Amino acid sequence: MTTAPLTGARRRRPAGIAPTAILLLGALYCLLPVSWVLVAAGKSKAELFSTSTFAPGTGLLSNLADLAAYRDGVFWLWMLNTLLYAGGGALLSTAVSAVSGYTLAKYRFPGRNLIFNLLLGGVLVPAVVLAIPQYLLFSRIGLADTYWSVLLPQILSPYGIYLARVYATAAVPDALLEAGRIDGAGHRSLLLRIALPLMLPGMVTIFLFQFVAIWNNFLLPFIMLGDDQRFPLTVGLYTLLAAGANQPSLYNLILTGTLLSIIPLIALFLTMQRYWRTDLAGGAVKG
Amino acid sequence: MTRRPGGGVRTASAVPYLLLAPAMALFTLFMALPVAYTAYLSLRRTKVSGLGLGKGSRREVFAGLDNYAATLTDGELWAGWLRVLGYGLLVLVVMLGLALLFALLLDSAHVRLARFSRISLFLPYAVPGVAATLLWGFLYLPSLSPIRQVLDIDLLGAGTVVLSMANIAVWGGVGFNTLVLYTALRAVPRTYYEAARIDGASEIQTALRIKVPILLPAIILTTVFSIIATIQVFTEPTTLRPLTNTISSTWSPLMKVYRDAFVTGDLYSAAATSIVIAAISLVLSFGFLRVVRDRAFGEGR
Repeated sequence: MTTAPLTGARRRRPAGIAPTAILLLGALYCLLPVSWVLVAAGKSKAELFSTSTFAPGTGLLSNLADLAAYRDGVFWLWMLNTLLYAGGGALLSTAVSAVSGYTLAKYRFPGRNLIFNLLLGGVLVPAVVLAIPQYLLFSRIGLADTYWSVLLPQILSPYGIYLARVYATAAVPDALLEAGRIDGAGHRSLLLRIALPLMLPGMVTIFLFQFVAIWNNFLLPFIMLGDDQRFPLTVGLYTLLAAGANQPSLYNLILTGTLLSIIPLIALFLTMQRYWRTDLAGGAVKG
Repeated sequence: MTRRPGGGVRTASAVPYLLLAPAMALFTLFMALPVAYTAYLSLRRTKVSGLGLGKGSRREVFAGLDNYAATLTDGELWAGWLRVLGYGLLVLVVMLGLALLFALLLDSAHVRLARFSRISLFLPYAVPGVAATLLWGFLYLPSLSPIRQVLDIDLLGAGTVVLSMANIAVWGGVGFNTLVLYTALRAVPRTYYEAARIDGASEIQTALRIKVPILLPAIILTTVFSIIATIQVFTEPTTLRPLTNTISSTWSPLMKVYRDAFVTGDLYSAAATSIVIAAISLVLSFGFLRVVRDRAFGEGR
C-alpha cells in the first residue's frame, strides 16, 4: 500500500478514515441488539427496569432457573425439537440436493431442463401458498401436529439443488467420471466414490443454509403444530411473548429464552465461517 | 456410449430419473399437490342449505371466480397491500443501498478492521426472525428502550410502527446482501481496477463506473429475492403484535390469509388470496429466473 503512486495516495487522502468509520457504524448497528440481550438476560427483574441499559446485572442464574422451571422445562424440549427439525431436515435435504444437483449437472437426458426449472421454480412459490394446503393434506392423513408435518415439507430445497448443480459442474471433472467409467465403475460408485467426496465442501454449505432456514422457520410449524410439546424455539418464543407481553415480570424469561435460542446459531456461524463464504462465491458468481 | 454421464450424449437409461426420483417425489407431494389443491379450493365455496344444521346441510360447491372477485375488491386487503408496499419500498431501498455501500467499502483497499466489520454485519443472519423481532420489540418498549431515553418518539405508534418494522427487516437482511455483493466483487479480476487507476480514475469513479455495472446482475438477484421476502412479510408483524395495539390482525396480506384460514375458517377466500399473492410474486420474480439461467447455466459450459 505504501508504494502506491503519489497521485493515488493524494487522492485517497480526503477519504481518510471515513470508509472505516462508516463500516464500523454498520457493524455497531448490527451488534447492538445482540449485545443488549447479552446484558439484559443477566439482569434480575428489578434491575431490568431500574439500571441503565448496558449496566451488567446479577440475575443470570436465577433467570436460567426460572426458564428451566417454566412449564416443567418445556423450553429445553423446544430446543431439542429445533435441533431435531433443523439437524434431521438439513441432513436429508443435503442428501437429496447433492444427488439431484449431480444428476442435473452430469447427465444428459430428455426433460433435464424441464425438471430443473420445475425444481428451481419452487423458490418462487410463497410459503403460505404451500403451508395452508400442506396442513390440510397432512390433517387428512392424520399427520398434522406431528414431527413429520414439520420435517417432511422442508426436505426439498430449490436453492440447495441449485447450489449443488453449480458445485457439481465446477468440482466434478467430466474426465474423472469418464476414467472411472472405463475402470468399470457403475453409476452408484461414480456417485458415491467420485462425485460426492468432491462435492463435500459444497454439501457442508447446503447443510448450513438449510439448517439455518429450518431453525429460523416460523410460519410452517406455527400452522402445523398445536401441541407445545412439539414446538420449535421460534413458535415457543412467540407463545412465551404472547403470554407475557402484558406482564413485565415475564420479560426476563423471554429475554433469557431469546438469548439461548440465538447462541447455537451464532456459534455455528462463527465456527463455520469458511463455508459461509465459499458457498456464496460459488453460488453468486459461478458461470 | 449411451450410459456415459456428461459429455452431452443423450442417454436412454433410466438412471438419471431414478436419481432424481426422491426430489421429484418431494416436489410432487409437498409443492405441486399443495399448489393444485389451493387452486382447486380457490374455486370452491360452502353452500348452506336450510338452517345450516345437521349433516349434509353444508356442501362444497363450485364458485367460479367469485372468491377472486371478493379478494380483489376487499378493502382490508388493499389496505394491507398498501402498507406492505410502503414497508417494502423502504426496506428494499435502505437495505440494498446500505448493502451496496458496505460491499464497496469492504472492497476498497484501505479499510481497517474489515474482517471485524464483515463478521458483525453478517451476524444478524444467524438470528431467527422471531428472535430479531423480540429483541427490537423490547428495545422499542418505552420502559426498556435506550432509544427512548434519547429521543422522545413512540416507536410503536400508528405512524412509526412501519418504520420500526422496516428497521427489523433491514437489520436482519443487510449483512447477507452485503456478503453476496462483496463476494461478487471479489471475483472481478483486479486488473480492471488497475487499468482504471492508470487512466486517472479516482476510487469513487472506479466504484460508480466499473464496480456498480459489474455488480448489476448480483444486485438484480438480491433485489428480486428481497421483493419475494417482503411481499410475504408475516413473522415480524405477527411477533410484534403482542407488544403494541397498532398492528391489526390483517396488517399484511399474508396475515389476512392466515386469519381467513385458521381464525374465521374461510379456507376458500384464503386460497384465492394465496393465489393472488403467488401471482404477484411470480410476475415480479420472472426476471430473476432469466438472470439465473443466463448467468449460470448458459449451455456453453
